[in-house]
Amino acid sequence: MPETKPVLMQGNEACAEGAISAGVRFYAGYPITPSTEVAERMAARLPDIGGVFIQMEDEIASMAAVIGASIGGMRTLTATSGPGFSLKQENLGYAIMAEIPCVIVDVQRMGPSTGVPTAPSQGDVMQARWGTHGDHPVIVFSPASVYESYYLTIAAVNLSQKLRQPVIILLDEVIGHMREKVTIPRDSKLMVEKISDKVPADWKPYDEKGLTPLVPFGFGHYYHVTGLFHDQYGFPTGDPPQVERALDRIHEKLEKYRDEVVLTNYIGHKEPRVVIVTYGCTVRSARAVVKKAYWNNRQPVGLLSLQTLWPFPEREVKEIAKKADAIIVPEMNMGQIVSEVERHVKGEAEVIPLNRYDGEMISPDQISEVMGGWLS
Amino acid sequence: MPHIWCPGCGNGIVTAALVRAIERADYDQKDVVIVSGIGCSSRAAGYLNFNTLHTTHGRALSFATGLKMARPELKLFVIMGDGDCSAIGGNHFIHSARRNIDLNAIVVNNHIYGMTGGQHSPLTPSGKKATTAPRGTLEREFNILELARGAGATFGARGNAAQPRQLEQFITRAANHKGFSIVEALSPCPIAYGRRNKLGGPVDMLKDLKENSISIEKAARKEEAELEGKTLTGVIYQDEVPEYSTEYYHFIGKEIPGNTGG
Repeated sequence: MPETKPVLMQGNEACAEGAISAGVRFYAGYPITPSTEVAERMAARLPDIGGVFIQMEDEIASMAAVIGASIGGMRTLTATSGPGFSLKQENLGYAIMAEIPCVIVDVQRMGPSTGVPTAPSQGDVMQARWGTHGDHPVIVFSPASVYESYYLTIAAVNLSQKLRQPVIILLDEVIGHMREKVTIPRDSKLMVEKISDKVPADWKPYDEKGLTPLVPFGFGHYYHVTGLFHDQYGFPTGDPPQVERALDRIHEKLEKYRDEVVLTNYIGHKEPRVVIVTYGCTVRSARAVVKKAYWNNRQPVGLLSLQTLWPFPEREVKEIAKKADAIIVPEMNMGQIVSEVERHVKGEAEVIPLNRYDGEMISPDQISEVMGGWLS
Repeated sequence: MPHIWCPGCGNGIVTAALVRAIERADYDQKDVVIVSGIGCSSRAAGYLNFNTLHTTHGRALSFATGLKMARPELKLFVIMGDGDCSAIGGNHFIHSARRNIDLNAIVVNNHIYGMTGGQHSPLTPSGKKATTAPRGTLEREFNILELARGAGATFGARGNAAQPRQLEQFITRAANHKGFSIVEALSPCPIAYGRRNKLGGPVDMLKDLKENSISIEKAARKEEAELEGKTLTGVIYQDEVPEYSTEYYHFIGKEIPGNTGG
């Protein structure tokens, strides 16, 4: 792999490389368009660096295998697309409940069902949030470029380890298959410290005092891992106060580390009248609009791109709503994140959905047209 | 010890046989991992003082595959019920067998879904009653050992809860076998299966298990007619075929720490 020199690669490949830079040495997956290049890259790379690649019998088994490998102490990745993401949901919930780190890439394609496998879409935003049952926290990143795919995968792996929480990367077919320049650093200092070597004697896997690092199986710390509600040692409980405490526990860690979890980026006017709030490949069209309107013509517009979709960046959106008259929310679906924007804006600004769901990207012209009405 | 199992259940007997087999195999406690699925017998994992992994329904072998590939030096025992293993987990079961990955599957076969109250499974014999087959099931049952063998398993044994010492021996031999092994442990469920099918109480069911089984060695000396209605016990097959995790680590040129086989 070329190290410090820029290389041309796809978003899917960048996810694979990002994972490897962050220390991922285990991949389990199942072929599905348009995510297959992630698996192919890992299959080519992992054996040479002492890693494990395994193609499982289905999506469910892939998700299970990454959880199993994580419990063994490896950093893990799997990738899929909508239909496969549906199949992974039960075990994703297991990983959240049992607090097992892992990273799942979902390269969104046009759905529902088999849909248009080769057409882009942003239709899995709500599936990523609520696809598995019960009240559960999720972390979902949405890269808008190949380079973002690389570094957000690194962030995802590290955050997943630190919080003992699965992290989902929602790519879309545009970013997944597009080729762009990426510079991969030589000696990656991007990995978080290895924590399992210095374990206190009174270590508990689900310590009620707070988050503890996962000590892998096979090092003489005996504990139980289950999808049932469990006590500090992992053993099943149905005791109402313990159940409530356990559910609070998995949510609270995301709140505590919110600043590392919620990533957004604002460009444009300091006192904007119109702001575009969007994510994934749609950021690219929105950026073209803002470049022209703000950088060239100094119009009062801005763009808030959401690298983190979940937990929803409510503070950042509320800040925007205080200044702007209108918030345009372009999405390649029938309107998923827009309801979340509305919920937090609470009428402080006009929220305008802009949706396209024919398997094509939202063009800058489409956004400009909506924006124009608010600037005249 | 408090547990969830009903009076007369065979799960405790099978679990005890497993624990004795692990002791006989002389493994270091820290190297042993018990993985299980969902169902009555899978709750055994929570009662054992090892690293224990109670997974999702049917997926125990997939979790175990990931763990074994990440840490091939660990000794994995995978406890599953008949429904868990052969219905919802059927795909993972045949593919684990095909890979010949060194996992020791213990299939506790009580012919019924016990935890949900007695529905028929792919190992419920034809004609037997269940809550979802109140007039008797019309479906044919799997021969789980033959299914595994057809898929590539390299060790298959059958024992029962009425002959726990024998079962313990089979599990020990499975542990020492390098490759995918399955031990089918026939076990009584007097509450959800026995009562509905008028098979008597726990003692009757255990007695029937013992009387209706014949060891493979003894069976070899009998006429076919004498074997009518008998269930074979023993190590039914054992083949030497390269094991997957060892092959993989060899392929990537990485040593497996403390690899002593088994």
